[in-house]
Amino acid sequence: MTETYGGYGGRYVPETLIPALDELTAAWEAALADEGFRAELDELARTYAGRPTPLTRAERFAPAKRLYLKREDLLHTGAHKLNNALGQAVLARRLGKRRIVAETGAGQHGVATATVCARFGLECVVYMGAEDMRRQRPNVERMGLLGAEVLPVEFGTKTLKEATSEAIRDWITNVETTHYLIGSCVGPAPYPAIVRELQAVIGRESRAQVLEVEGRLPDAVLACVGGGSNAIGMFAGFLDDAGVELVGVEAAGAASLGTGRTGVLHGSRSSVLADEDGQIADAHSISAGLDYPGVGPEHAHLRDSGRARYVGATDDEALDALRRLTRTEGIIPALEPAHALARVDDLDAELVLVCLSGRGDKDLAEVLARG
Amino acid sequence: MKTLAIYLMSGPDTPELAEAAVEGGADLVELGFPFSDPLADGPVIRRAAERALGQGMRTKACLECLAATRARVDVPLVPMTYSSLLEAYGWDRFAHDARAAGAASLIVADLPAGERPELRRVQLVAPTSTDERLRLAGELTDGWLYLVTLTGTTGARTGLSAALAGLAERARAAAPGVPLYAGFGISTPADARAAADLADGVVVGSAALEAAEGGPGALRDYVRSLRTALDD
Repeated sequence: MTETYGGYGGRYVPETLIPALDELTAAWEAALADEGFRAELDELARTYAGRPTPLTRAERFAPAKRLYLKREDLLHTGAHKLNNALGQAVLARRLGKRRIVAETGAGQHGVATATVCARFGLECVVYMGAEDMRRQRPNVERMGLLGAEVLPVEFGTKTLKEATSEAIRDWITNVETTHYLIGSCVGPAPYPAIVRELQAVIGRESRAQVLEVEGRLPDAVLACVGGGSNAIGMFAGFLDDAGVELVGVEAAGAASLGTGRTGVLHGSRSSVLADEDGQIADAHSISAGLDYPGVGPEHAHLRDSGRARYVGATDDEALDALRRLTRTEGIIPALEPAHALARVDDLDAELVLVCLSGRGDKDLAEVLARG
Repeated sequence: MKTLAIYLMSGPDTPELAEAAVEGGADLVELGFPFSDPLADGPVIRRAAERALGQGMRTKACLECLAATRARVDVPLVPMTYSSLLEAYGWDRFAHDARAAGAASLIVADLPAGERPELRRVQLVAPTSTDERLRLAGELTDGWLYLVTLTGTTGARTGLSAALAGLAERARAAAPGVPLYAGFGISTPADARAAADLADGVVVGSAALEAAEGGPGALRDYVRSLRTALDD
């Protein structure tokens, strides 16, 4: 039984992949029990990625609150995605896999994957929707420079959903030589658990940092949710602190948790945007990283259990928050965490922590085009 | 006598096409219930699914298509689909309504042995399956085992997968007495013959869909060419 999140999760994939998932599960459990693995990841995090990332007080953005930003935008490659890519690259080496396949939406996970493949000398293939390649051009160019092969996906919505399907089809075809380096806490077990653990460093560091500067835990913690990896990593640090409100912010046009229903997409049972027949619906968001009709199964469970709540932000609200943070704090956030920033003023909470999951350089063209 | 299974996508013409396939010598017809994100399928079946969804072939329409096909042919009919449709329709209700509409069993491409064991269905095994998983699939399967001939998605390939011989041999040992039908990548009469030498039957999907583009007559002729090769 692999549905560990209150009936969500599972391994809804073709049989061809099951032995590889069993092998991955065993390698992951062995790695977790191995102090050498931990030590190697900690060393890479410190000397290569730039951990710990700082906590920044955003006084001018939210003068009525004590707002802190967890600065994952300052991580190497400019987003939290590297935490996961580094860990899985080390895992792939332990599995003896020399070829890496990944999907990417905004391009941040693709860049992180291309980066770790360059660092470890692994072959790298990234699937990306043709529409996303258009709106995230700088990241496409970065991946090419890093030596990755970026393959456009020209069918369906031409975004992250189709890119993920194609990456999984590539993995089915090349499973004996290839590790699928999934970018979010989605997919068949054990991926949601692996990605959560590799991103949990965000929550662990944040908790200690807030305690150090404020002497108490935050009232509320916010993070944007597409697939949900930065949010699950941040929430992981506070799940046991019952007094801390956990809030996930989805794109209003891609609210898998807010307006979705139980379905099966990309290997797991979760809350998805789908019609009454189970056909997956199109998501719509200005933010390529949130433009996905599924979400990690643990988020569906946290929603149902009431431990976290999930709200939405529109394209315009995210754009406004992006501009406001840029002008008040001199920090250009990515469009994805701008969704979380857009909901800060609505909270009653006074001491608030937001995961600033990535920087906005990749979004400049999209933002400038909107005036 | 080797079994010849032909895959067709549900659609307005499917009953007529199924009849043509049976006239050509098909012993079993798989009926695709289309899904928007079919992970196990290559471009031909993926595009056929997109087209079928565009024609309104949702679950209820597919069940009606199944019943209409049942009225025209007397070979076993087996819906082939994905978990998301069953999740939405209700797992038990789907199995019940499919049987009521004339299905002999069910294939769910993204539901490996061990997940939802209570749902009776034809299990798929692949060259990557361990002997232990072959045994599990053999115990759980409903009537026959679907041997996926290659590590990959559906769609015609040139030549039969070299992985089939080893898989068929291991499956025989792990699931004695269970009929083995080989599918994925089989398109020519020669491939079908070669696969049938190793297994008890073959499944032809993408190539049959391409033949069906030419109408019932073209499909009948194509299926007959496979039948002739199998009976030689």
